[in-house]
Amino acid sequence: MPAPIRLRELIRTIRTARTQAEEREMIQKECAAIRSSFREEDNTYRCRNVAKLLYMHMLGYPAHFGQLECLKLIASQKFTDKRIGYLGAMLLLDERQDVHLLMTNCIKNDLNHSTQYVQGLALCTLGCMGSSEMCRDLAGEVEKLLKTSNSYLRKKAALCAVHVIRKVPELMEMFLPATKNLLSEKNHGVLHTSVVLLTEMCERSPDMLAHFRKNEKLVPQLVRILKNLIMSGYSPEHDVSGISDPFLQVRILRLLRILGKSDDDSSEAMNDILAQVATNTETSKNVGNAILYETVLTIMDIKSESGLRVLAINILGRFLLNNDKNIRYVALTSLLKTVQTDHNAVQRHRSTIVDCLKDLDVSIKRRAMELSFALVNGNNIRGMMKELLYFLDSCDPEFKADCASGVFLAAEKYAPSKRWHIDTIMRVLTTAGSYVRDDSVPNLIQLITNSVEMHAYTVQRLYKALLDDISQQPLVQVASWCIGEYGDLLVSGQCEEEEPIQVTEDEVLDVLEGLLVSNLSTPVTRGYALTAIMKLSTRFSSVNRIKKVVSIYGSSIDVELQQRAVEYNALFKKYDHMRPALLERMPIMEKTATNGPTEIVQTNGETEPSVVESKHPPPVTQPTNQANDLLDLLGGNDVVPVIQTTMPTKPASAGGELLDLLGDLSLSGGPPPAPAPSVPTSQPSFLLDGLSSQPLFNDIAAAGIPPMTAYNKNGLKIDFTFERANPNPNIAVITIHASNSTEADMTDFVFQAAVPKTFQLQLLSPSSNVVPALNQGTVTQVIRVLNPQKQQLRMRIKLTYTLKGSAVQDLAEVNNFPPQSWQ
Amino acid sequence: MQFMLLFSRQGKLRLQKWYVPLSDKERKKISRDLVQTILARKPKMCSFLEWRDLKIVYKRYASLYFCCAVEDQDNELITLEIIHRYVELLDKYFGSVCELDIIFNFEKAYFILDEFLLGGEAQETSKKNVLKAIEQADLLQEVSSFAVDRFSAH
Repeated sequence: MPAPIRLRELIRTIRTARTQAEEREMIQKECAAIRSSFREEDNTYRCRNVAKLLYMHMLGYPAHFGQLECLKLIASQKFTDKRIGYLGAMLLLDERQDVHLLMTNCIKNDLNHSTQYVQGLALCTLGCMGSSEMCRDLAGEVEKLLKTSNSYLRKKAALCAVHVIRKVPELMEMFLPATKNLLSEKNHGVLHTSVVLLTEMCERSPDMLAHFRKNEKLVPQLVRILKNLIMSGYSPEHDVSGISDPFLQVRILRLLRILGKSDDDSSEAMNDILAQVATNTETSKNVGNAILYETVLTIMDIKSESGLRVLAINILGRFLLNNDKNIRYVALTSLLKTVQTDHNAVQRHRSTIVDCLKDLDVSIKRRAMELSFALVNGNNIRGMMKELLYFLDSCDPEFKADCASGVFLAAEKYAPSKRWHIDTIMRVLTTAGSYVRDDSVPNLIQLITNSVEMHAYTVQRLYKALLDDISQQPLVQVASWCIGEYGDLLVSGQCEEEEPIQVTEDEVLDVLEGLLVSNLSTPVTRGYALTAIMKLSTRFSSVNRIKKVVSIYGSSIDVELQQRAVEYNALFKKYDHMRPALLERMPIMEKTATNGPTEIVQTNGETEPSVVESKHPPPVTQPTNQANDLLDLLGGNDVVPVIQTTMPTKPASAGGELLDLLGDLSLSGGPPPAPAPSVPTSQPSFLLDGLSSQPLFNDIAAAGIPPMTAYNKNGLKIDFTFERANPNPNIAVITIHASNSTEADMTDFVFQAAVPKTFQLQLLSPSSNVVPALNQGTVTQVIRVLNPQKQQLRMRIKLTYTLKGSAVQDLAEVNNFPPQSWQ
Repeated sequence: MQFMLLFSRQGKLRLQKWYVPLSDKERKKISRDLVQTILARKPKMCSFLEWRDLKIVYKRYASLYFCCAVEDQDNELITLEIIHRYVELLDKYFGSVCELDIIFNFEKAYFILDEFLLGGEAQETSKKNVLKAIEQADLLQEVSSFAVDRFSAH
């Protein structure tokens, strides 16, 4: 058989292939030849064949049939064979292969070979890809070589030891004795690798770290070596652009960082050398800056004195002005790490950082953006926001979402005025509206409701924005919600902040209807629009028009819209007297950390279709819930009206008086709705069946707030049990338990409550309207009280029920709330 | 360092050194994706990027891209110096190295790399010493081949 072609020949041939197919053909042919050569156990050419195989492997072709051949090469006595064999092993075998372990014996032998280059090959391979088993088996050999005087082998053994420790951390101890004299070497290779080994050990084990600090006095040794490097004259062997062995310097600085962290003595011992390096290193080339960078990282991490820290930040500041963008990038990254701890020092470089927002490089822009947000505070908010909004306008889409979120967060924390806040939000919505995160919509709505005096201004601006552009869904959603809520302010033309616009009811409805039909609107947006139109029925006079729109959508293909429209229709037809109450102004929503208004609304969870719950942002679901309470389409024809009293705070009353209960009931426009006698089919999911007399919240006692009796008269007893709503500690959740000790049932039972004006109250649906006689069961109802000022809780309650045919009504004050319920 | 890749402007791999255990399939995927990402970058951009959860440092020398993936704590600027040192070593060895040298002598490129780095860290900071070691090893290779050819029975 002719000799297999040489490696270079093969490479040349393959490169002449003009198509992928041609190349594949050549490769396949050669592979076949190689395979048969392997089968013939040809020793002479095995090396050549494996080399060719490695080339083809690099091109992306399979080479697994060569794995065993690599082992044979490694076992050979020829150095050439070993060289290629080990290379092949490193390329073709990874520790997942079984063949891998077969190498162990060969490596062991080669570690003890007479030729240092063979030993070197073995150490290299082991240190590159040795598995845990191999490392365990051969650690002893490596440790031996770590103590040799041959620096060529010693340096390789050190890095091999690093690999062993990474794979089998328990073996770290055995290398400890060998590290004793590593740093007294003159050879830079050994020094460098020793520092790497010591770094690995200190990083992995706090005990080792302590040992090296105290017993070995590592810090002074390292300081000495570093000093020598800096002070010694030109050494051609290790010089890089005028700096002596920058690689070693950087590694030493890194080890010093670990040793000095949280340790005063060590930090002090390295203070001087760090200052020296920081001030004397040449900064004209990358290599000098690399050392300065490492120095800065070390200074910031150890317990350095403030002068040194300022020096470090100033170096970073200079980096920011460097022409080299790599340096700028590195500076921004480091500043981001230190902005928390050295905030004031970093602030000084704020304008340079803001300039980096205009850089062309994506990574730099991102860093600059993150850093800018970290630097925003009450003093610089106006200026910074201007820059950030400009950035938002012009940046790539990949940044817009994060930037918008950042702007919202910063505005929330530091807004100098409500108007500024609203303006900023408007700006973000109009420029980056489609990139704004979904959860911002409810958050924004909550923010807007809280700025009571800005409602007119806000709705006006949002309306004008809608006229310009209806494509950005978050903007459209927020705008529809606001128009639905504050439409009356819009048409009445009352706006203090700016020139009020003249808008008619019809124009507003035109816009909202436009949203419903537009192709640009998502189903969610359409939901918002329809609900907004419905809400306007209590604020506008053109009710007929609204009725028409609502009835049209009763046959919409979109199930969600259809359901809403049908329910709203029913509201017009059968429950018109309830409509004003249901669609009245929203109370101010309290702020919860993550979900915004969801917290309030979830307790309303009647048996709604889950589609509604998940798709629609909470502010919209509240009126929908109320509609569902009434209509409960899923439950068939049973309808259960629910008494829903939300007490808006009455601004006009004199300080601290309890509200006049009757006067402030928001069930205006008619007699209180008569509860239907039928059993309610929709139950709030977390309240157990009201017939159970077992206290629902046994765990409340565990929570520490004792229950209390609020009322006990004529056989009717009302107990309150308490719970803290998570996560907002300002909300107290009170559950009333009404029980009846008389002989007859109390039917048509209605519980109402009112609180002082500093509180807000929300009453959820009761479990039933019938309080069974002789304590056979309780009616439960949940009250949520928001008490932001932590004032003493007081309540006035009104009870109405029918007992043995006659109507009973009573008013009472509840003052005996336990302190824990409102503190 | 987790790995080093050398590739041409057409995306062809010229050298791949892996210091972390990954299957062939995983390696192929990473190489392919990373190469594409880097080739898509504009010339004026920074040499560093975050890719997946890795820090990538890369530099182009003539028609070859040298790309390293380093750990979080590694100094990016000194990694650039490491890359540069490796190029200098190749240059000294081949005498004005070009891509073709690395294509036709890929195994030598690996040998040189393995005398400079071990387990992802620099083992020798003196250019002279690395080149001396390579020279000696090459010599040993020649001698052993010669000896075996002349005197061996098998």
